[in-house]
Amino acid sequence: MKISHLIKKYGEKSVVNDVTFEIPKGKVTSMIGPNGAGKSTVLNIITRLTQRDGGQILFEGKDIKDWQSKELSKKVAILTQSNNIQMKLTVKELVSFGRFPYSGSRLTEQDYKFVEQAIKYMELEEFQDRFLDQLSGGQRQRAYIAMVIAQDTDYVFLDEPTNNLDIYHASNMMKIARKLCDDLGKTVVMVLHEINYAAFYSDYICAFKDGKLHTFGTVEEVIQKDILKSIYNVDFEIMEIQDKPLSIYF
Amino acid sequence: MEQKKQNLISIGLFVALIILSFISIFIGVLDISLSGILSGDYYQLKILFASRLPRLLAILCTGVGMSIAGLIMQQLCMNKFVSPTTGATISSAQLGVLITLILMPSATILEKTAVAFTTSIIGTWIFVYFTQKLKFKDTIMVPLIGIMFGSVIGGFTNYFAYKYNLLQSLSTTFVGEFSLIIRGRYEIVFLIVPLVIIAYIYANHFNIVGMGESFATNLGVNHNLILFGGLSIAALITASVVVTVGTISYIGLIVPNMVAMFRGDKIRGSMLDISLVGALFVLICDMIARLVIFPYELPIDLVIGVIGSILFIGLMFKKLNPHSKPLKAKQKKETQAIGGEVNA
Repeated sequence: MKISHLIKKYGEKSVVNDVTFEIPKGKVTSMIGPNGAGKSTVLNIITRLTQRDGGQILFEGKDIKDWQSKELSKKVAILTQSNNIQMKLTVKELVSFGRFPYSGSRLTEQDYKFVEQAIKYMELEEFQDRFLDQLSGGQRQRAYIAMVIAQDTDYVFLDEPTNNLDIYHASNMMKIARKLCDDLGKTVVMVLHEINYAAFYSDYICAFKDGKLHTFGTVEEVIQKDILKSIYNVDFEIMEIQDKPLSIYF
Repeated sequence: MEQKKQNLISIGLFVALIILSFISIFIGVLDISLSGILSGDYYQLKILFASRLPRLLAILCTGVGMSIAGLIMQQLCMNKFVSPTTGATISSAQLGVLITLILMPSATILEKTAVAFTTSIIGTWIFVYFTQKLKFKDTIMVPLIGIMFGSVIGGFTNYFAYKYNLLQSLSTTFVGEFSLIIRGRYEIVFLIVPLVIIAYIYANHFNIVGMGESFATNLGVNHNLILFGGLSIAALITASVVVTVGTISYIGLIVPNMVAMFRGDKIRGSMLDISLVGALFVLICDMIARLVIFPYELPIDLVIGVIGSILFIGLMFKKLNPHSKPLKAKQKKETQAIGGEVNA
């Protein structure tokens, strides 16, 4: 997926300014940056949730705009934090919606198999008949991921998947993101606030500042003292733990 | 097991509805009896087909229609307190009826419905547009805006009705009543049948849109199109009821919420029960209205208003009081925790 010269403005203020990069296929890419740097907006534009004001997004040789929304939903899945959590749907019902782009309201045998596998993969079997509002935050997040798995897309976009989760569930969530890439061969792109999760669990990092792409590269290329300091305006120390550059900031 | 229990509930509701429908046919000032009908008594058959049966059918259609209209609006607006009553749909439909009375006094019932439908869809859309613009979607704020907006429209309706001396003619529109239902004057409510079928076909779309705009877009569902279509169905159902029966409040608010408590929010799963409960609710209220001061009868909107507001208050407490439900879950967790300690 190639993103070139992306522009988004709210009134006079430009929130995304001339962003160009290419999402590496079959890898985990994390988008980091301070609040208001435009990372979520970029994610939303790439996944057609927000309209852009300029630039181009090429996906399989065709601009995202020219794709039919339904066809695109078989290739690209996006999970945001803005879902209605009051809805009394069971886990199974939610995961079944992942098959909607393929079969609409009439699910086939094969669709049910996908749903079953997705629930099993996320270890949600014992919760599958529970309502979403009866689950804990971590379980609910896993249910949404199961839906994305049932949706069977090549690309998975996650907007702050560790938001509101405690350390245990957040690191579990990151492991799941890694598994989506390593086991299931998906391209995973996510917006993260926690730099160390990004450093430890992803292959590439895409750092934003003030609506512009600051640095794009492999984890080792981006997680460096000077680069992080110029992004966040905070002093950093980098340590090597388990061959990964982890950062300490204060 | 769970599924079986729920099927039993549906069957129970259905049987109750059949029995009560049958009984309701024989309630009235003019005596008719089963043996009379079976023996082909012309007079009794005439009452049955001209008055009692139309009344029953209108009741059933109203109950089903208003509940489904409420269900659709609640799902699409993502708010459990939105309904034709609290979403300005009914008051807009009333304004439509007034407009026909002023501008084309000899309008047929079909023309009346068309105008009422147009105004109710416009009113509902303005309301939903406002709530979509609202940055901070508070559970109570949304229906409050709807109620205020509905009152403003109601104010206009009252003013013009007063000015053109139409208050009396409008009273049948303001207060729902089934006593005026006779053959030839109510058939427009049958519009509800195909509308409910369409709603069933698009049930999953409504569910998906109810999960939020980004959720819908992710699954390739056109959010605004479904929102517009669903609200149009709800408005058309409401308009056809307001024109024939008059205003019936609360049902669209209460019935979907009651059923959701044991059935959940998956529309495909709950629509049948919601229809049955809605029909039963209106039927029972109508029987009460007919029997309380027999041989006279109360307007049904009055009975529904009394019973409905009590149920609504109960519902408010259950929905807004966070302790009412999580308490159970909490207790469960605690016992699990204790159990876990013992095991350890």
